[in-house]
Amino acid sequence: MNQQQANPYTLGEIEPGAPCCVPQPLLQVRDLAVSYGEKTVLSQVSLDIYQGCITALIGPSGCGKTSFLATLNRLTDQHAGARVSGQILFDGQDLLRDPIDTLRLRRRIGMIFQRPNPFPLSIWRNLELPLKEHGVQNRHIRAQKIEQAFRDVGLWGEISDRLDSSALALSGGQQQRVCIARALVLQPDILLMDEPCSALDPISSGVVEELILRLRGRYTVVIVTHNLAQARRVANYAGFFWMAERVGRLIEFGQCRHLFESPGHELTAAYISGAKG
Amino acid sequence: MSIVRQRSINRVDRRLGQMLGLLSVGVALLLMLIVLFLLNESWPFLASLWHEGQWLGLLQNPGWYPLEGRFGMTPMILASIAVTLGAVLLALPLGLANAIYLEFYASPVTARGFRLLLNLLAGIPSVVFGLWGLTRLVPLITKWQAPGTSLLAAMLVLSLMILPTIALTSAGALASVPKDLLAGSMALGLRRKTQILHVLLPAARSGIASGALLATARALGETMAVLMVAGNVVQFPSGLFEPVRVLTANIALEMAYAMGDHRASLFASGLLLTLLVWLLSWVAQRVNRQSQAFARRG
Amino acid sequence: MADRLFAWLMLGCALLVVASLLWVLGDVLIEGLAHISWTFLFAEPVDAGRSGGIGPILISTLWILLIALAAALPLGLGVAIWLSEFAPGNSRFAVHTGITLDILAGVPSIVYGLFGNAFFSIYLGMGFSLLSGGLTLACMILPVFVRTCESGLRAVSDDWRLGALALGMTRSTAIWHILLPAARPAIVAGMVLGIGRATAETAALLFTSGYVDRMPESLLDSGRALAVHIYDLSMNVTGGDGAAYASALVLVVLIISLNTLAQSLVDNWFKRRLVAS
Repeated sequence: MNQQQANPYTLGEIEPGAPCCVPQPLLQVRDLAVSYGEKTVLSQVSLDIYQGCITALIGPSGCGKTSFLATLNRLTDQHAGARVSGQILFDGQDLLRDPIDTLRLRRRIGMIFQRPNPFPLSIWRNLELPLKEHGVQNRHIRAQKIEQAFRDVGLWGEISDRLDSSALALSGGQQQRVCIARALVLQPDILLMDEPCSALDPISSGVVEELILRLRGRYTVVIVTHNLAQARRVANYAGFFWMAERVGRLIEFGQCRHLFESPGHELTAAYISGAKG
Repeated sequence: MSIVRQRSINRVDRRLGQMLGLLSVGVALLLMLIVLFLLNESWPFLASLWHEGQWLGLLQNPGWYPLEGRFGMTPMILASIAVTLGAVLLALPLGLANAIYLEFYASPVTARGFRLLLNLLAGIPSVVFGLWGLTRLVPLITKWQAPGTSLLAAMLVLSLMILPTIALTSAGALASVPKDLLAGSMALGLRRKTQILHVLLPAARSGIASGALLATARALGETMAVLMVAGNVVQFPSGLFEPVRVLTANIALEMAYAMGDHRASLFASGLLLTLLVWLLSWVAQRVNRQSQAFARRG
Repeated sequence: MADRLFAWLMLGCALLVVASLLWVLGDVLIEGLAHISWTFLFAEPVDAGRSGGIGPILISTLWILLIALAAALPLGLGVAIWLSEFAPGNSRFAVHTGITLDILAGVPSIVYGLFGNAFFSIYLGMGFSLLSGGLTLACMILPVFVRTCESGLRAVSDDWRLGALALGMTRSTAIWHILLPAARPAIVAGMVLGIGRATAETAALLFTSGYVDRMPESLLDSGRALAVHIYDLSMNVTGGDGAAYASALVLVVLIISLNTLAQSLVDNWFKRRLVAS
């Protein structure tokens, strides 16, 4: 607690080696393939996302990691000409085959983008709007949830006195944390993060990374990152993507420790040691 | 292999999209409606022209005696062209000069003020220009040579009205010339005047031209101000100090009591005006697209 | 030397234009103030308008304006939203609609008057009426308003659309709460343009709303707009110049105040959307 008073930007203590997770797969992907028009960007991807764990997806750019993320919350629907095949099992339903209410799906699977995109509204409104939209009518419950979300991301101390000011006036790191709070306020099952720190300066990047660590155990996170060191610090599970025959593929997937220390595939070893990519 | 359907939009969104789509269909139909009604109303006149083979007759000027069935529009068409051309010839150099002043010689504060003034000028209603022209300009011209309400008065008032458009669009065109062109000409040690006249102006010429064409289209369609100061006598424009009647003014003056063929002829003249204006706007757009292509390449 | 001469020439041209503007406005101000009074604003015109006032004419003008705005604003905004947010990217219909709007924007106002007379007054049987005039003006200001709003909406960052989508918000909510407020400057600009044009319009009203200068009893009654009154006083009424100038002054002041009012109204309305509700 005194650490918080000394440096307003750090969060609380971080317990090292937090007990990970009940290794229950929350989301199962089988044989996923994605193509935009004629071009196939991803092929034969199969992995499990485990509840309460942080899963990092690493690999050079262009391997389809972002496209993979977009299939999980059906954001691929936005692209005319996008075709997704395979199976994504979530909560007993196949996201690709069964008729899905995408609005409710996206409440349960949230997404954070590379560029922080808080709405041009007040900080409070940014969180209130999605809450209201998803049916939380009671004003007091909303206020409780919003405050809790801000505390979860460690922003409450910084912004509680200016909740009515524009979210766009915040720094990049604060904006990204607002976006994370905005996703968390809906209490999603899974949080998808597409390179959440890459557009931030190093200090803000560190703060967001600490925040992600704190989410471990309470939330399930899938994070795409270019930063190998970050993946190593943060993740429980890791998947390595690579471009083979002009199509993105999942080369290896497993517990983070195993992937980094004793990778099974030679490509993985090469990428991690910096010899390739 | 299952293929995901295009969009699974929920019900509210779908209904909103449909409703708005229907609105757009309605708006798109508006143009067709306008053309339809114009054609419908002017049909008797156009048909009689066709029957009597008077298309060439239009150029022979049977005179504009609508109550006797003689619809020689040629003097009025020429008057419209003359007034428009005159106004553009006056407004173009002055507008360009204003644009140059705005972009290159005015301090930022002065530029803002001048721009505001130009916008103010553009916002003055045409009746007010007509009123001012009638009570101030026409007596002045009368002192020089009677009657005062004349082609010249119309040209002067109209040029004042289209000046802001030309000035502001030309200023925009000059501002969007790539900066390295200006830098290059400065590095060559060219005089300011030479830079502007011989480098920047030619570079911006398509933007300027399209703005001028749009102003011309506007001038062609202008009714009230010209109506009030031009004298409204149907005759070939024979001199600057002679009164003339333009097509738009003719419609405004005679619609109130026109019937049958007379009314149809007025609608036909409206159709003609519209076609001329569309032609000008189309050319302006083509010129503008060309300028954008140049900018991209440059 | 030639350079200095050129600079002086440019300055001279600018001063010439400024002088002309001051001459016109100055005349309106001086001549108008001479004839204006409180009774002028509220009384009925007497002696064909040479004395008395413009009371009923102001009422007619405001009614015509109200009808025009009530018809054009929602319709125009709706079409703009459809073009920007709902139309499929490659829709030929959307392209055609755009071209149609651009063409409509160039039609001379007297031709709109002809159309209004043929369609509203005669075909729909409204006769010479405020309704006929207002609807004709609505047709006139619609195209530019749609294009202005559409470009304003398109300019809004896609990041927010994606963010709203990822939060499971309906597009309707995103449009209403986020995109429209963000496009506010363009919408206001469009409104101001429309109001300016509609209030200043004469030719289109001459044979749609009519010439009658007494107080209109209903929307289907004929009424004389202020701009038409100025025209009548200066062209058809000898000795009407004083009243004409006073009316012109009122018209110019009306346009300026309506613009300012529109701007502040819209600003306030949108401001409430930004802060907590």
